[in-house]
Amino acid sequence: MATAETAPNSSVAFVVNGAAVTVQGHPMSRLLDVLREDCKLFGTKEGCGEGECGACSVFVDGVLVNSCLVPLCQVQGSSIETIEGLSAHPRLRVLQDAFVRDGGAQCGICTPGMLMAAAALIRVRDDADEAEIRTALAGNLCRCTGYVRIVDAVVNACAELRALGGAT
Amino acid sequence: MQPAGPPAYPRRMHDGAWVGRSVSRREGSDKVSGKLAYIDDLSRPGMLHGVTVRSPVARARIRGISFGPGVPWDEIVVVGPKDLPGPNVVKLIDVDQPLLADGEVRHCDEPILLLAHADRAVAERARAAVILDLEPLPAVFDLDAALRGDVIVWGSDNLFREYRVHNGDVDAGMADPDVVILEGVYDTGAQEQMYIEPQGMIAEVDAHGVTVRGSLQCPYYVHSALVALFELPADRVRVIQAATGGGFGGKEEYPSIIAAHAAVLARKAGRPVKIIYDRVEDVMATTKRHPSRTRVRTAVRKDGTMVALDIDFVIDGGAYLTLSPVVLSRGTIHAAGPYRWPNVRIHARAVATSHPPHGAFRGFGAPQSVFALERHLDRVASRLGLDPAELRRRNFLRQGDRTAVGQVVHEPVDLDAVLDRALEMSNWAEKRARFEVENRAGGPTRRGLGLAFFYHGAGFTGAGEVHLASVAHTEATADGRVKVLTASTEIGQGTNTIFTQIVADAVGLPLDRVDIAEPDTAAVPDSGPTVASRTTMVVGQLVRDAAAQLRTALVDAGLLAADADRDQTAAAFGPAVAAYVERHGSLRGQATYRPPDGIHWDEKKFHGDAYAAYAWAAYVAEVTVDLRTAEVRVDDFVAVQEAGRIVNPTMAAGQIEGGVAQGIGWAIYERIVWKDGRVRNPQMTNYIIPTAVDTPPIRVVFVPPFLGDAAPSKGIGELPMDGPAPAVLAAVAHATGTEPMAIPMLPEQLMIILEEHRHGDR
Ligand code: FES
Ligand code: FES
Repeated sequence: MATAETAPNSSVAFVVNGAAVTVQGHPMSRLLDVLREDCKLFGTKEGCGEGECGACSVFVDGVLVNSCLVPLCQVQGSSIETIEGLSAHPRLRVLQDAFVRDGGAQCGICTPGMLMAAAALIRVRDDADEAEIRTALAGNLCRCTGYVRIVDAVVNACAELRALGGAT
Repeated sequence: MQPAGPPAYPRRMHDGAWVGRSVSRREGSDKVSGKLAYIDDLSRPGMLHGVTVRSPVARARIRGISFGPGVPWDEIVVVGPKDLPGPNVVKLIDVDQPLLADGEVRHCDEPILLLAHADRAVAERARAAVILDLEPLPAVFDLDAALRGDVIVWGSDNLFREYRVHNGDVDAGMADPDVVILEGVYDTGAQEQMYIEPQGMIAEVDAHGVTVRGSLQCPYYVHSALVALFELPADRVRVIQAATGGGFGGKEEYPSIIAAHAAVLARKAGRPVKIIYDRVEDVMATTKRHPSRTRVRTAVRKDGTMVALDIDFVIDGGAYLTLSPVVLSRGTIHAAGPYRWPNVRIHARAVATSHPPHGAFRGFGAPQSVFALERHLDRVASRLGLDPAELRRRNFLRQGDRTAVGQVVHEPVDLDAVLDRALEMSNWAEKRARFEVENRAGGPTRRGLGLAFFYHGAGFTGAGEVHLASVAHTEATADGRVKVLTASTEIGQGTNTIFTQIVADAVGLPLDRVDIAEPDTAAVPDSGPTVASRTTMVVGQLVRDAAAQLRTALVDAGLLAADADRDQTAAAFGPAVAAYVERHGSLRGQATYRPPDGIHWDEKKFHGDAYAAYAWAAYVAEVTVDLRTAEVRVDDFVAVQEAGRIVNPTMAAGQIEGGVAQGIGWAIYERIVWKDGRVRNPQMTNYIIPTAVDTPPIRVVFVPPFLGDAAPSKGIGELPMDGPAPAVLAAVAHATGTEPMAIPMLPEQLMIILEEHRHGDR
């Protein structure tokens, strides 16, 4: 939390979803709080605050991380992508549509993180089999779906992307 | 806030009904874009953050509270029991639970004091600086000790509620010379709901009244608690559901406490107050599934005919009564299963202990008693040398039979069809035989197949629905739209989408002409709580009736042709409503619950028609047990059920799959570790729920409704919680030749069972 209480302040500059931002805050502030409170990007969720649930997943310089475990000082100069930036990528919109159509989102609280994890996989390859997909999503907890329809959505999105061809 | 705009559905109607189609979730695009705002995503100008000071011990006299150094106490809003606007109680079934412990604490993590500050970090620091002077009192955590009354923690005998069921002559049945008697004791542990969104509320209090928003299942439960606390007329208390990240019962009763806490802080502060629990606080303080212990004794003939059943069912209610009587009631009614027992005796008790109160969790008592019976019947089958499926089949309830509490089965049930489908899908006979041969060959792993058969009553138990007298409203507007107003909440299960489908069919409109009102007690009627698998079945029917009234009114007024098809209705509806509103001022529909004919429940005798409808199910689990590590892997899961008409197949299957995963978790992963009445593992790191790699493929089938295509829908939310645990344990028993009797069964518990089995001292 960037508050008077948490001084000393430092100034950290980074890029979020393509836009440059500079944030004043305690160097050890959690990236999760910075995104939500300073950048007003509320799509990144907190389910545990300790790196277990994956609800806070974002990309930092293209790498999938739990933003509750990343201190602000570590993202100086980084490029961060959150769920709000996902639909800018047409191929990832295919994934979002598959989640809606196939029942991959129920209460929706795990969904942004789950999509980021699935996107991390799809960006690398769109031919993953079910076991690989399950492994790729194993860091993201969902209590509603039993994962069946989440996995289906990713399988189906992969198939569509292969049919579409082209790079991510 | 809830999404209000119309969803992007095709404008043209398909032939046929929307009900029965896998229409996409209404709020789906807001969920996948991250736009949907949950309670922690909202704030109010000038808002403070509230925190709760809790008891570190289970039972104590509060001698004093002091405020330690290093905190700007003059900036902190402090609320204790003396600062409440009205009675210090959480209004539920009883009024035994205080909002803030006054003088005495009765369980760990009971709220004692509330603090608020604009900076959450300061509020947290203040919480840590409060010094509690507590004089420990004797506490009780063990069910038997509580029943014996070693320490009395509630009333005169620690007994929250007791029910008895008695049919036929159990003693005579047990004395039958042709029967095999078997007895067993089955235990189930506490289970955390572990919705991924922790609980939270924002409250505002001004001269007019109280407004709270939050993560909750039952707006009118919170409303009634606040009305009682603030002693205000109902229309000066307003409760609004924010988007809610899962509930599973965990957001049924507890949100009333958080709402009240936030509201009393807001009242004192004169500013809005937000309370968000973090994960640790949520797990430690809020309700869990009731632990249970069930003693089952049966008399069954050698041919498998069930003769007598004697059950002693005990659940641990924790320190306050909360919902325990109703949880006990559902557990008791489900205890004998869907079988024909000529002689049944059930003694059921909910007992007070010094644990935090246990509460609503998907299944509500039934998973506990179903686990005991189904586990027991497997043991009976093995004693008799019968296939477990065959033992059940020989005793299935049939049309015209009575359940243990005397409810006549009027439906033309065909339980064989449900069972056969599950056996066929799981390749039961072939695999059981093959695994038995392979297991005898040795090696480090064993495989097994296990079955559970069960039913689950939907809607409130007994006369509950009559007392609720739920109401649904609809309203048509001149722009040709229909708005649905209910207090039913969307918590992931699909309420918004399912109501949309039902209303579009009832009026004859495209889906995108239906709006669902935000659950806001200032705008929607009391349609009862969103619990007990009742939303689609009970409220869905009210919504349909209230929507059909709109069409009927237009037809009767000569504004819409009675035989207008869907396209014609879509074109004519707007102008017709405009003309109607011009004449009459508005066009509204309203439906109030009326029990189906001939339904009667006698609560005193605990006898009669316990539920308006039952869903019936056969679940089969396939497991691999690693003898070296005692780890159990569920490789495949088949879930077959009859649940009446399915409104949205994708969402219905999603409900079953999610419930099965939770049931598997309860069986083999999720263990609450207690130490002196306190949860020792309140984190996702040490309380393990299944991940995508722990969860098997779950193959879900809804068999054709027993009542044919025109059948009504039955509730399915809770059903899938009943079957997985007994099925998984049966599969482990099949794989290993052991008889596990308790869950959760983690490797450390199974290891002991395997050791004992190896040494033959079972
Ligand atoms: S909130 Fe970051 S992993 Fe759970
Ligand atoms: S959809 Fe609710 S937690 Fe995943």
